[in-house]
Amino acid sequence: MSTAKAFAATRSEGRAALVGYLPAGFPTVEGSIDAMTAMVEAGCDIIEIGLPYSDPVMDGPTIQTAVHQALEGGVRTTDVLHSVEAVAATGVPTLVMTSWNPVERYGVERFAAELSAAGGAGLITPDVTPDSVPQWIAAADEHDLDKVFLVAPSSTDERLAMTTAACRGFVYATAVMGVTGARATTSDLAPPLVARAKATTDLPIGVGLGISNGDQAAEVAAYADAVIVGSAFVRALLDAGTDREAGLAALRVLTEDLARGVRRG
Amino acid sequence: MSQGTIEGTYGDFGGRFMPEALIAELDTLTAVWHEAMADPEFTGEFDRMLREYAGVPSLLYDAARLSEVAGARILLKREDLNHTGAHKIRNVLGQALLAKRMGKTRMIAETGAGQHGVATATAAAYLGLECVVYMGELDTRRQALNVARMRLLGAEVRAVASGSRTLKDAINEAIRDWVASVEHTAYCFGTAAGPHPFPAMVRDFCRGIGDEAREQCLELIGTLPDVVTACVGGGSNAIGLFTAFLDDRDVRIVGFEAGGEGIDTPRHAATITAGDIGVLHGARTFVLQDDDGQTIESHSISAGLDYPGVGPEHAHLAKSGRADYLPITDAEAMDALALLARTEGIICAIESAHAVAGALKLAKESPGSTILVNLSGRGDKDMETTTAWFGLGDPAAPVVEPVETPEGPQ
Ligand SMILES: Cc1ncc(COP(=O)(O)O)c(C=O)c1O
Repeated sequence: MSTAKAFAATRSEGRAALVGYLPAGFPTVEGSIDAMTAMVEAGCDIIEIGLPYSDPVMDGPTIQTAVHQALEGGVRTTDVLHSVEAVAATGVPTLVMTSWNPVERYGVERFAAELSAAGGAGLITPDVTPDSVPQWIAAADEHDLDKVFLVAPSSTDERLAMTTAACRGFVYATAVMGVTGARATTSDLAPPLVARAKATTDLPIGVGLGISNGDQAAEVAAYADAVIVGSAFVRALLDAGTDREAGLAALRVLTEDLARGVRRG
Repeated sequence: MSQGTIEGTYGDFGGRFMPEALIAELDTLTAVWHEAMADPEFTGEFDRMLREYAGVPSLLYDAARLSEVAGARILLKREDLNHTGAHKIRNVLGQALLAKRMGKTRMIAETGAGQHGVATATAAAYLGLECVVYMGELDTRRQALNVARMRLLGAEVRAVASGSRTLKDAINEAIRDWVASVEHTAYCFGTAAGPHPFPAMVRDFCRGIGDEAREQCLELIGTLPDVVTACVGGGSNAIGLFTAFLDDRDVRIVGFEAGGEGIDTPRHAATITAGDIGVLHGARTFVLQDDDGQTIESHSISAGLDYPGVGPEHAHLAKSGRADYLPITDAEAMDALALLARTEGIICAIESAHAVAGALKLAKESPGSTILVNLSGRGDKDMETTTAWFGLGDPAAPVVEPVETPEGPQ
């Protein structure tokens, strides 16, 4: 199930899509499925499930903490695929966001086949570029999966064009030069990056890194096709500690705020 | 010869598996580095700094008393005598000079043993750059002396508390810093690993070790050695030595990895011997990893070898059979360290002691051969570990006798 379906819907509503991220296995495998289901119910249009990895270079302290907990809890790659199946069953396009090595280790072809069989929409690959993973591009094409690569404010025009040409589903524009983590102010690097990316492709452009509330979401939704939120969701769950219900309630409140935001943008 | 057709690949290994945010910078760095290496002004300045500041070329020393015990002729490339006490100064002077050329004002580095951090802090002080060093929290405790040295040199040391709190986590944190600071900051990478151009660039800055040693050996004994050996963490001192000998097909090349408590235990850092092919820190190489591709924490008594990956060119040399990589345990390394101290009056780094221990093994296999060992660093930084290992701290306590010491000179 490609994310194209979700973007067709949000485009017809004249608004940006809300994309929510949580790592699989945080706080537990079932707990993360419940959390993501709550995010879907409260208004996320697309879900990104993080595949926890021991050495995530694109993640800031908040997501690192959650990923570390998930790994300590013994989460496996097969648990991630199981989570995809459960979340995709809600009907919302569900992608996996992962560092590269776990995919290579699992077997790129095998991973693509099982992700597709689980109803997954595709893969977001933040720590690699299209030119270094031709085997993933081939496997994604074979299994009809979205390929979401990142573009950055530092991307040259040439690389922007190469990257967006390799994407399917949407393009992930990183709003800042930096790692994941909520930021107090939105970035002034993002609008020009989105404009440059749009000049190269008709694909939707999503903007992530640092967005944590409805006002920021509205600001980004004014120029992007999707607003991507990760650390703020993780933070909501971390702050709730072991109180499961409080965690889910906080996720719902945050999702609703963000969902109103993308409708104001 | 080991360079593949695509720049930055070595057979099946290497490459540039990095976030897009850093690709433009890696491209620029590659271009500036190529340009600089073709510019006599740059290479001349690099040579001058090495000579006048770092004390290079280092000696090639004919270790007669050690050779006698070993049963083979052992030649030591004395990188321990370089300024800051290790081969690492070669790499950092090259990268710092490049940083200046690129107009950078700040240098960041990761460090395990602290040697690369000290070297980077030194180069930053020498060339007037701001310096931040990331170091695993565990390592800051194991190598407190080097933390103090870096701080005295004006660098800020940031203890990294994430993950296994060792070298790999310090690299992660340095990459995270770099993603956000790349406009004005150079990442002075400490070993011949990571994404292109680092493996090739670090090799080229370190290759003086082998170029000098080859010439010195010909001068000293009139022929090439039978074997050249070095310890392998990420692989900078080893590739620095090996490069000059790759085309000498009669010279055997052997790298010694940290076997820790033994490669049949989970506590080692023998990446090539016991790892599998994967991608870590930007390159495809051998990695210590579990079935899901999660990095397994490595262990070595020497912080500088305590890394679950290895430079991609070594992975290629191993797979192609041009070089052999063998594990040396903590205990074997410490025995060799003590033997070298007692036969030659040289206290080497525990990293380097792995190469000495390896040479002793090779000598047993081929008595009478000539073995050139890269003595990559000196052992001052390790005295706390060494003191604890041999129980040297209390003058009244008996010293654990590490090895039979030979008779005096005949
Ligand atoms: C003295 C010495 N030798 C060797 C190493 C290992 O690094 P490499 O394999 O890059 O030479 C270190 C690393 O800190 C070191 O300090």
